[in-house]
Amino acid sequence: MNAATAARRGWTYVPMTVLAAFFLFPIVFMVAASLKTDHQIFADMNSLKAFLPVGDLSLANYAAVFDRVPFWRFLGNTLFVTFMVTAFGLIVNSMCGYALARMRWKGRGLVFGLIIATLILPFDTTIVPMVYLVANLPWVGFDGLTPVLEFGWLNTYRVQIIPFIVNAFSIFLFAQYFTSLPKGLEEAAAIDGAGWLRTYWRIIVPLSKPVFATVAILTVVTSPATWNAYLWPLMTVQSEELRPVMVGVQYFFQLDTAWGEVMAYITMITVPMVIVFLVFQRAFIQSIASAGMKD
Amino acid sequence: MQRRHLIKLAAASGGAALAGPALAACTTAGSGSSDGELVLWSHNAGSPLEIAVTEDIIKAFNGSQDAVKAALEPFPQDVYNDSVNAAALSGDLPDLLTVDGPNVPNWAWAGHLQPLDLPEEITGKFLPSTLGIFQDQLYAVGHWEAACSVFARQSVLETAGVRIPTIESPWTREEFDDALEAVTGKAGYEYAIDFSTADTGEWYPYAFSPFLQSFGGDLIDRSSYLKSDGVLNGPEALAWGQWFQGLFTAKLANPDSPGGAEDFMQGKAAMAFHGNWGALPAIDLYDDMLFLPPPDFGNGPKIGGGSWQWAVTATADKAGANSWLETALSDEYVAEYANQTGLIPATDAAAELTEHYGTDGKLRMMVDYSKAYATLRPETPAYTVIASVFGQYTGDIIHGGDVQTALDAAVAEIDADIDANSGYGF
Repeated sequence: MNAATAARRGWTYVPMTVLAAFFLFPIVFMVAASLKTDHQIFADMNSLKAFLPVGDLSLANYAAVFDRVPFWRFLGNTLFVTFMVTAFGLIVNSMCGYALARMRWKGRGLVFGLIIATLILPFDTTIVPMVYLVANLPWVGFDGLTPVLEFGWLNTYRVQIIPFIVNAFSIFLFAQYFTSLPKGLEEAAAIDGAGWLRTYWRIIVPLSKPVFATVAILTVVTSPATWNAYLWPLMTVQSEELRPVMVGVQYFFQLDTAWGEVMAYITMITVPMVIVFLVFQRAFIQSIASAGMKD
Repeated sequence: MQRRHLIKLAAASGGAALAGPALAACTTAGSGSSDGELVLWSHNAGSPLEIAVTEDIIKAFNGSQDAVKAALEPFPQDVYNDSVNAAALSGDLPDLLTVDGPNVPNWAWAGHLQPLDLPEEITGKFLPSTLGIFQDQLYAVGHWEAACSVFARQSVLETAGVRIPTIESPWTREEFDDALEAVTGKAGYEYAIDFSTADTGEWYPYAFSPFLQSFGGDLIDRSSYLKSDGVLNGPEALAWGQWFQGLFTAKLANPDSPGGAEDFMQGKAAMAFHGNWGALPAIDLYDDMLFLPPPDFGNGPKIGGGSWQWAVTATADKAGANSWLETALSDEYVAEYANQTGLIPATDAAAELTEHYGTDGKLRMMVDYSKAYATLRPETPAYTVIASVFGQYTGDIIHGGDVQTALDAAVAEIDADIDANSGYGF
């Protein structure tokens, strides 16, 4: 390697290393602080020691998490809700996107426009009317084996899942992708006698794995009902048995905040997402690149 | 084939829909009514010791009768009010709930609460600041009280040559100002006093508005509860604001100090203005701790009064809820909460049952300060707005904003809110 190449690489890698460190510092701080007492965390705050596992170290904060929070219950709830919203979201939104992209029916453009228009409204502006709505929605429950009509979805899993299955952005992504598929495939399937549903399931879905991966990842990462669910369950779920992991963070903010325990808890709830990211790293990057950033 | 796929999809969707109630059937519902169940909500999720006392009360209550069964649902404190407000919106309030003392008038005015139906021999023994009263009716009772004091070390004050104040002879403003100068000058501390300024929210009105009241100002005109003009931006309030700001501009106090009196605990600040919940950790750290009365700025020393209390909701099973309270408000449980949380027991008899608050207890002075100095935050539904506005503009004052401008702006917002709500019933 000659000097010019080394210099060029230096110009590339030095800024990249600085940027990587900049983004990694909060995570390194979180893990280091999770091993320290609150007193130690504040004592180290004004030096590089804040990012290093030095001083009075122990796993006491991790043990304390289990005294304060029903961790496994919260984690199980989040995994269940995330799975349900994502799985049903893929089915419902892809079918909706398919109907909008490939089927010809009256009012299709208007419906697509209305769906896209809902993206303008931030979730925070609709949450209060949504709470009022779900508090009065009907449901068929069971008293033994007898069906009973009930009203109100609050304090259930379904209130955390069903309102978030349909997602306008997911529909948009599916519709855009399906539009790009060759029309001849469907025509060939039609000649062979396949109907719309069979064509969708046997032809379109197998050819659309990239968009399914993109939507799945975006749903897990950005939906207000999945991994980062906080405000919605806070307002609609009163039972501790049904709370997700993010609400659990608030358990550590009492009269005086237990900072070491907070750091231990958020380290514990970050680990599953880090594992998912490492396993699906390539798909993550492609999904962000193809869909752009969206909150 | 097409129909078979459609049926599969329909079955899958229906299965998911039915999974919801099946799973939810494992959980407790939360709605107040006379249905044989008493649903209790509390603000202390994440405080296992405190919850354990409440569970003990519930166990004793459930075992004492067969008419109703109580069950507790704890919420995290920082988001508790939002959860209660959402439940009120959807008509899903429980039978009993905890409420922070200053919020009692607002929730009573909003129709969330009903007056308590408890005998005088039970409520009469509680500290006045633990009773949630709105327009002469009792809506809530608290097991404990909290008290702020000046945390200091005897060795530091002696080094600085500062007189140690007593409840009979607290510091005057001049003495306090001199003490702050002395502990930074002679004792060499970076800051004289730690106000935990990062702990925004209710801490600001709870901790700092008593200084304003000791100067002669207030958050609202308590003769009418209809305006803050004249009391929150008058000459006394201006004097408070200028004095308070001066502590930060003179670098006697850190405008960005962490919560929990951490600057004091780290040895950066010589003293702290902090609550009694931080007393035992301070004693563990320093063997010469003093918990001193607040200074008298002209109208007597003042500290904030009113902590978390139990209230009965408007839709509750009235008889069952009040019956539960009668069990819960025994001295035994008042003492047990104090032992587990470190907070001040609300009755004298309970204080004698505790480790630290009895006549010879090392935190007994907190009971005395509470009795002598506790000033309730204004008992008006407007308090929720007052607290938010006061916190915002006190932050401006701490960070160097013009004091009169900040106070006038606070007054304008508070008075506009009171007008918009037709005086909140006053």
